[in-house]
Amino acid sequence: MTGLVVIGASYAGVQAALAARDAGYSQPITIVCDEDWLPYQRPPLSKDFLLGRISEQNLILRDETFFESKQINLVLGHRATAIDLRARRVTLPGDNALRFEKLVIGTGSRARRIAVPGADLDGICYLRSVTDAIDLKVRLADAAEIVIVGGGFIGLEVAASAAKLGKKVTVVEASKRLLERAVSPMVSTFLLDTHLQAGVNVLLNEAVTSFKGDDRTVASVVLGNGASVRADLVLVGIGGIANDELASSAGLKCTNGIVVDEHGQSETSGIFAAGDCANHFNRFCESWIRLESVQNAQDQAKAAGLAIAGARGPYESVPRFWSDQYDVKLQIVGLAGQYDRHAVRGSIDDGRFSVFYYRQGRLVAVDSVNRPGEQMAARRLIAGGVSPTPEEAADPSFDLKSLVTAGDKAGA
Amino acid sequence: MAQVRFVQHDGSEKCVEVQRDVSVMLAAVRSGIRGIDGECGGCLDCATCHVYVDEGQASSVPPPSEEELELLSAVSGERKPNSRLSCQLKVLAPLKELVVRVPARQS
Repeated sequence: MTGLVVIGASYAGVQAALAARDAGYSQPITIVCDEDWLPYQRPPLSKDFLLGRISEQNLILRDETFFESKQINLVLGHRATAIDLRARRVTLPGDNALRFEKLVIGTGSRARRIAVPGADLDGICYLRSVTDAIDLKVRLADAAEIVIVGGGFIGLEVAASAAKLGKKVTVVEASKRLLERAVSPMVSTFLLDTHLQAGVNVLLNEAVTSFKGDDRTVASVVLGNGASVRADLVLVGIGGIANDELASSAGLKCTNGIVVDEHGQSETSGIFAAGDCANHFNRFCESWIRLESVQNAQDQAKAAGLAIAGARGPYESVPRFWSDQYDVKLQIVGLAGQYDRHAVRGSIDDGRFSVFYYRQGRLVAVDSVNRPGEQMAARRLIAGGVSPTPEEAADPSFDLKSLVTAGDKAGA
Repeated sequence: MAQVRFVQHDGSEKCVEVQRDVSVMLAAVRSGIRGIDGECGGCLDCATCHVYVDEGQASSVPPPSEEELELLSAVSGERKPNSRLSCQLKVLAPLKELVVRVPARQS
């Protein structure tokens, strides 16, 4: 078979295939995926799915009818084992192979494993796939005391879900604040207070040194200070690692992910990568970056799909993220990084505010807590390169949307 | 089962069968309707499923929440009185077909 082969059927893989097809790519398209599930939604796995608010069936994002109508061949349950760039061939188990003209690698990322004594005890879980989520949900139902290792997005969302289910929850975070890589200290403090108010025990600046078990099942988590916390279930959320081994073994340049250009193309012509497994130069962040988000996966894959079909539509979106914990809607646009100035709009005490971050006078990121309207305006401001002054941003009577319109016109 | 008719900016149309408990956004994504991304899966975070409900049918769907209105306040597609986020729309009985238009651009 020739045409387009896509490895991975999550957001990036499916979107690349769809974008190529919709842009007029007429060759055969085959998506091969190691999971047995039809493409499904991942964000609800740590939230509504654990809470029983969305069924497995309604997690499904694309079904057989979709693939038939787009004439995309979907091969589930087959893990690609090698890529031969010269022969333009993907090897599958059992001496099977797929030949391709163009290739998209959308292999995603995997959970970083914790390497301490006792880490292989039963009851120590990770959350990435729907299979992980089903397992976690079943275990959560029987658990009373849960320890979350890592105060990042997944850890905090699972902590919130477990607290809502009435469990005793402890979050152990190695750094001095929650969500350190994603938000500023102000937002970290707000989230800390929110979790504490919900009855979650949060331990900062604490490393996990080992897990102790009873009969091979985890029973407690031992901390760096020698103390231990009882646990009948542990969820480890300490970051992700790009699944780029297939690409690097094939000889593609990988540096914390497969290195790609603004069309998602690797250094080898016709070989693309998108989503969690790819590393691109983001002009809004002014740096090379590997992002783990639905927006990044979809937008980058769209650019790749267009390029495959011979159309043009480079990937140049402002990164955005969101997280729902309790009744807190956290939305993030841009990456604050080393900001030199900030302005707070709204009231942190009331739990409704946005923080505007500046670098050298330019608005680079905005975190919003329960301020979706401001976040929407901020997205367009940053994308359009329009910066309200910090004084304007902090002034609730200043209409941010008036600048949005001006920015759109300037950009048109 | 009910139906949703998606009308693109260029006038092209596609009808999709939808179960009454499935949102218009999810039905669109499952059918690969162009211009509806639905990144967040319907938890009112992304606003990438903006549509215009047919003027004659606006009263056949439940009104938007405060949160939905806030998100709609700065969408990149033109904001109209019948603007909605399709993740919040379901085709409620007795309506058999809902007609929505997809804006020229999504955020």
